[in-house]
Parts: sequence; C-alpha cells; structure tokens
Amino acid sequence: MNIIIVGCGKIGTTLLANLVAEGHDVTVIDNNPAVITEITNIYDVMAVCGNGADSEALEEAGVADTELVISATGSDELNMLSCFLAKRMGAQHTVARIRNPEYNERSINFMRKQLDISLAMNPELLAAHALYNILKLPSAAKIETFSMRNFEMIELRLKPDSLLDGMRIIDMRAKFKANFLICAVQRDEEAYIPDGNFVLKSGDKIGLTASPAEITKLLKELSILQKQARNIMILGGSRTAFYLAKKLGNAGISVTVIEKERAICEALSEALPKAVIINGDGAQQELLLEEGLHSIDAFVALTGIDEENILVSSFAQSHNVPKVIAKVNRDELIPLAEHWGLDCIVSPKKLIADILVQYARALENSAGSSMETLYKLMDDKVEALEFRVKDDFERLGIPFKQLETKPNTLVAGIMRDRKTIIPSGDDMLLAGDRVIVLAANQRINTLSDILKKG
Amino acid sequence: MNRKMVFYMLGNIIKLEAVLMAPAVVCSLIYRDNGLIPFLITIAVALILGFTLTLLNKPKDKTIFAREGFVIVALAWVALSAIGALPFVISGEIPSYTDAFFETVSGFTTTGASILKDVEAMSKGLLFWRSFTHWIGGMGVLVLMMAIVPNDSGRTIHIMRAEMPGPIVGKLVPRVKSTAKILYLIYIVMTAIQVILLLCGDMSLFDSLLHTFGTAGTGGFGTKADSVAGYSPYIQWVIVVFMFLFGINFNLYYLLLIRKAKAVFKSEELFVYISIVAVSIVAITIDIYPIYKDLSEAVRASAFQVVTIITTTGFATADFNLWPTLSKGILFLLMFSGACAGSTAGGLKVSRIILLFRHIRSNLKHMLHSRSVDTLRFEGKTVDNATATNVTAYFALYFLCFSAMFIILCIADPFDLETNITAVSACFNNVGPGFGQVGPASNFAEFSTLSKWTLSAGMLFGRLEILPMILLFAPTVWIKNKSFSRK
Repeated sequence: MNIIIVGCGKIGTTLLANLVAEGHDVTVIDNNPAVITEITNIYDVMAVCGNGADSEALEEAGVADTELVISATGSDELNMLSCFLAKRMGAQHTVARIRNPEYNERSINFMRKQLDISLAMNPELLAAHALYNILKLPSAAKIETFSMRNFEMIELRLKPDSLLDGMRIIDMRAKFKANFLICAVQRDEEAYIPDGNFVLKSGDKIGLTASPAEITKLLKELSILQKQARNIMILGGSRTAFYLAKKLGNAGISVTVIEKERAICEALSEALPKAVIINGDGAQQELLLEEGLHSIDAFVALTGIDEENILVSSFAQSHNVPKVIAKVNRDELIPLAEHWGLDCIVSPKKLIADILVQYARALENSAGSSMETLYKLMDDKVEALEFRVKDDFERLGIPFKQLETKPNTLVAGIMRDRKTIIPSGDDMLLAGDRVIVLAANQRINTLSDILKKG
Repeated sequence: MNRKMVFYMLGNIIKLEAVLMAPAVVCSLIYRDNGLIPFLITIAVALILGFTLTLLNKPKDKTIFAREGFVIVALAWVALSAIGALPFVISGEIPSYTDAFFETVSGFTTTGASILKDVEAMSKGLLFWRSFTHWIGGMGVLVLMMAIVPNDSGRTIHIMRAEMPGPIVGKLVPRVKSTAKILYLIYIVMTAIQVILLLCGDMSLFDSLLHTFGTAGTGGFGTKADSVAGYSPYIQWVIVVFMFLFGINFNLYYLLLIRKAKAVFKSEELFVYISIVAVSIVAITIDIYPIYKDLSEAVRASAFQVVTIITTTGFATADFNLWPTLSKGILFLLMFSGACAGSTAGGLKVSRIILLFRHIRSNLKHMLHSRSVDTLRFEGKTVDNATATNVTAYFALYFLCFSAMFIILCIADPFDLETNITAVSACFNNVGPGFGQVGPASNFAEFSTLSKWTLSAGMLFGRLEILPMILLFAPTVWIKNKSFSRK
C-alpha cells in the first residue's frame, strides 16, 4: 500500500518505521533537509523536501496513487490543511494529528466531516487513556482491553520473590484454580508463546489473559494485588497530564499536579477545579516529600523530558510509592529505564503507531478481512489480533487439540454470546465467535493464517 | 564496521557471478569451443567461495552504514573482476593473469580498453563473457542483486549510492528493491529493442547481442578488429542513437513511463548533455570535412566518435588518431565530461560539471559582493552546501588520482606524453581507446605489468567514483566495531 507521511518528528518517524516494517511503500514529506537525509539513510522510504500543505510537494510524493496520507506535524492546522489537500488530490484516506485541547470533540468532529478526514488522532489523549487503564489495575505493567470489555490482557513482570519463579505453566493451572492463560513471555530480548512445559523465571515479562474477575482472583492468590489507586501525584502539566487528571477527577480520584510554569498552573487550575495544582519544580525531592510522596498510591511522571521522568520516577520508587509510571518517548531510553527497575513505562508514540498500523492493515484487507483490532505487546514482538469468525472459515467446529496451528501462534480467548472462554484443547471455533489471536515474530492477516499449511 | 554483513554480501555477489556466467556456458556449448571447461571450473570456484563466505558470516545484525556500503561495493567489484578473469587464464587464450584481470576489469567497469591483439581469434564463449561483463557492470551488479535478492534491511540505499554514479542518487519509488527492479526493467527493454534493430540491419544474432551489451553498458568491446567500422551506416546510426540513449539518466525514462514528460523536458542535465553533443558534432564535422569530402560520411564519423567518447563507450568507426588537432582536442575534453548521472556512462558526469560551474560562479559573485547570499540551484531544486562541497572535493580528488596514475605510467613505460595521458584518461573515465599508441586502431598490450595494474585500478576507481576504493585502504574503516561482533 502507498502511504504518505507528512512531518517526521517523533510520531512521524515511529509511524514510518512501523509502516515500512509492515511492508508498505512509504513516502515522507518534511521541510527540514537534514531530517530528510537522516530518514533516507535509515529507512527504505522516499523523501520529499517541502511543506505538506503544498500541492507541488504532495504531487511529487505521488498523492494521486496513495491509499493513506498521515499528517503528523506539530501543527494541527497544517495537518488538517494537508489532509484536506491530499484528499482533494486523490488520496483515498487521510489521518490528521489534532491535539490542541481547545479544539473540543464537537468541533473536531465537525471539521473532520467538512474536510473529509478519515481519522483524527490525538496522541496525548490516547496516552491518557492508557495511563488511566493502568491506574485502574495497578498490579499490571500494561493492560489491554479488547472490544468486548469482559476480556483483558495484562502484562506482569515477575519480581525476584514471585511465587511463579521456576514453575511450569501446566503446574500453575493446577495450583491456582483460576481460568486464565499465559499467552506470551518475554525473556531478555526474545518473546515466546509458551506451551505447557515452559518454565517461568523471575524477571520474565508475562502476558496473561482472563476475564477481569478472574484476573483479580489470580492476582490475589499471587498476593500482588494492589487496590485501585485513590490518591495520585502527576509530575508535569503537559497535555497528557491534563487529559489524565480530568479523567481521574471525573472518577472521583484525588489528583495532585506539580508543574514548574506558573502560567500553565493557572490554566490547569482553571480547567481542573477538583485537582490540587502545585507550582514548583518536581525534580526537587524536598517538594515531592512535602506534597506527600509517602501517602500517595501512584506517581505518574509526564514532563516533556524523558530523563527527568526516569530519574524522578526512580526516586519515587525508592520511597516505596506502590505504583510508579514514567512517560518515556525515546526508544533507546526505554530499556535503560527498565534496567533501573521501572517496569511501567508509557510511550505515546508507540500507542499511535499501533493504532495506525492496525488502521493500515484494516484498509489493506478491507475486502475480505475480519480483523477488528490489533495490539502490540512485549516491546512490539508479539501481536494480539481480534477476529470475528465467519461461516466460511475452513475449520469450524474442530477441537483445538486436533487443529494444527503454526508455531508461535495461539488462540488466547473466545467470546461467544457475551461469555468469555479461555480455550482448552476441547474448545472449538464456531461461526460468529470473536477470537483473540496471538502471534510472535510473524504477521497474521486473516484467521486462516494461523493454520498450518497443507 | 559490520564485517559479517560485508562478507556475507560479498559471498552473495560471488554466487551471483556464478549464475551470471551461465549464458556464456550456453554460448560455449552452442559453438563447441574451448571455453566450456574453464567456465565450469570458474563457476565451481565461485560457488565454493561464495558459499564459504555466506556460511561463515551469517550476520545477526544486518544494519549497515555508509561506510559498509562503500566497502561492500568496492570489495564486490574487485572480487568480481578477480574471478571473472579466470576463464581467460584457464582456457589459455589470455595466458597472463595480469592481462586477463585488465581485460575483465575493463569489461565490468564498461571501459572497453583491451590488451587483445587479435579479437577475432578468441573463442565465442569467451567473447560473449567479455561483452556480457559490460552489460552487468553498466547498471551495476549490486543493483541487480538488490532487485532479485530479498533483503529486509532498510539501509541498502547506502550500497545503491556507492554503486550508482553521479553526485545525487535518489530513488524512483519508496523501496530500494522496486527502484532497482524498475531500473533493470528499463535497461532490459532498451537492450532488447537495440538487439532487434541490429538484427534488422542484417547483423548476426551473436554480433547483435555483443554489440548491444557493449552499447548498453557504454563499454565498447566488439567482435571485430576494426570495431564497428566494417558495418553498414544503418548499424552505425543505430549504435550512435543507443549509445546516446544509454548516456541519459535512467530516472528520466521512468518519468516518461509514468507520463511526466514535462519533467523530462525541464531536465537541465539533459539539455546541457544534448547541447554539448550537438556543438561537438558540428565543430568536428567542419574540422574533418576536408578529409572525408562527403558530408554524410563526415557527419556520421563525427557523430559516432563524439557520442562514443562522451558516453565513454569506446566503439570506433574511424581512427581519430589521424584527425586534426582541434577534433582530437574536443574528443579529449569529452572524455572527462562523460554523460548524465544515473546512466551507464563513466567520466565526471554532466550534472557534476554543471554544479561545479555554478559553484564557481557563486564563489566569484561572493568575491565581488562579499555579503551576497546565494543559493545553488539544480533541476529546479536548491542544492545544499554539502553536495556542492562534495562536488568540488570530488573534482580535486579526481585530478589527484589522475596525476598519480599518470606519473606511475611515465615511470613504468617509455611512451610519449600523449599516449600516457590519454591512456590514463581513457581508463579512468572508462572510455576505452585514447590517442597515440592506445588509439582506436591499437591496444594496451604493450604496457608494462605495473602500468596494467595501475590502469586496472584506475578503471575501478573511475567506475565507482573513487571514494569506495579509497575507503578500502583507510585503516579506520577496518577497525572492529565491538557492538557488531558482540551481537
């Protein structure tokens, strides 16, 4: 598929890396020649130097034969304009990054319709959603909710004293009588889809699926259940922090926001009447302690500087704050932060990349595919996809133990008549089911892709 | 430096060479000549070497940077020539390895300079291989590899940049692989058309193929002692037209294909290229008219020689050694200019000359108005400072290499100044024939061994545009990068 990406900042570059890896033909437009040189040296893409809202640049990038145009520059208005132009010049779908909170949902929807923009993405809002989900269930490092909402996948990192250390997965089922499935394991740099004989070790990151009730039960048995955070401190008054504080406030959770800039503090206090806004430098340990670092349930570092987020988070962790989350945008810093013991890291640009990869895949097989959602887990090494089983699927009604599937793929969950089934060998796929499929180190486009060929 | 990846790619290239030798084997089989056994031995050697290299160097990390790109290209070309020379030596038709290496390098670099005293006595299979190396070397063997071998590394652009001639190498479409495929497709179609047109002129299939290979790669190896002089005017004109066409930037053909003809006509490089050719043809025609006394013959001789030299092909229909000094002078200068960037021709390339002149002009302007701010434009786009500086640096480096080779030749051989200087120019610019003792009617056989190796190196330097070859000798390039060996 031909894709044009306008603007190669953090988000644009992450998008293009993901989309190129997906096998799409990507052309980028950026007005900085140095960025263009850098990008073409690293990625197999074509680059056009120019303004994304300039019809000549768009034409040079071949907009007429493009299926998808993504405008991800720092300016909302430029993004909307270049999407509008691209659409008029023949692009089939357009995605604009629109993130200014002053454009509220109603006006964004209006503009989207008027300008014929297929999707408006707001990285900060998405990051806030993801953070909110984590704070609801603080035991997990990451949590994914699939479309039916009664099926969740959580990522856990096994602590050194974990009950699961050295345990085989088969034995685990016998010990904890919960209905769950360990569907992915990341150890060192490698990701696996484990079978029953797989032995877990402390330090592993595991992906676990079950219904929400079962997850709570299991976490209780593992004695790592933390209750939902009631008292949260947010460092930095960024847009993400604003969206998050608003969501938390609406849910009745008390929020403290620490921000350096007086003007931002004033704006925040105006917009968030319930929250406590502190004007001060969050990097000062004295200030954090004074504001009650010891009494909070969760600490979220959301400043624009990755290093500051990592350092202050680590300080909070050393003061035994139950849940610490750091926003880290630069890929190369994430492993470093994990090395420091921060297990919960949110990267807004990765969230966006996941959504657009999914969007592109859906466009690509819009003809026959039944793929509904796609998530990337375990540092993007594992994909979780949601499919609806159609009546022409060739292996309907065959129990899993007789179904030959490819290695490193797994059906992790089935939703049938509003009930969640964690599949065992005797379960089978029926038409109309929604299934969650996991695949490590490979690409799945349709449900039939998990079957062994021949 | 990612050595594993470098040697892995090298192994693949050597394997590819074994495959590319297959048509020559078929040719030897058809004519039942003594090329068959030498080819089979060489293919065996290449396969063993290739598989050894790839099996021993399975890279875990496929990341390559500009320096790996340069080194891969330089090593690949040396290895290709070293192995490609084997059939000549084993068959005994070119007994000295020095000569055989010279001949093969001359083939791959599309130079067309030969040490053969009697071309017509060679076996057909070997002649086929000799010309086929032109065709492979013209568009570039690494570009070919990128077109056919699946590669998931996004950084192969570095290899393409190192192999494709010209100051600015861009892609036609987002993927390097698709770009390489498109380039080869255009190349193959144009080759096929020329073969058909030559067949229509009553040339035998064998001769048509070999002359087309020589034209397409802008090489210049033929099958006759007098090059193309013995063929009909029709055939000579076909070759002139195609030499000219293969000297045009292939990107322009792609633009034509996707119906962007306007952009083609706007190309400054094409305009300058056509102007140089036209002016030279007219000037030489006037200059040599007294010798030929027939306008159509003078125009044909002039057009053929101008196009063959500017595209650095090296076919000949006349012994321009006997022409007046003005004509020889023009031809000598054309050797340096070369044709368009992104074509199969050698030399400095027209685009580089345009950039050089504009850079000089803006420098002069700066001397007059010391506060003037000037942007360098080319093909309607602003050229950044780095590119302009690169062009100037390339020019300086070019003459440095030229002088070094010239001095070596003067030390090693007793020939006159004209012979030595044009021998270096003919090899360095991948033209083929020079003046004096290396004119179109003679060859390079009389040079000493040292000179032949120097000229062989010169051809490689010229084809790869110096930098990759020079980097091969830079110690820093070879220092082990621990991050690659650890992974």
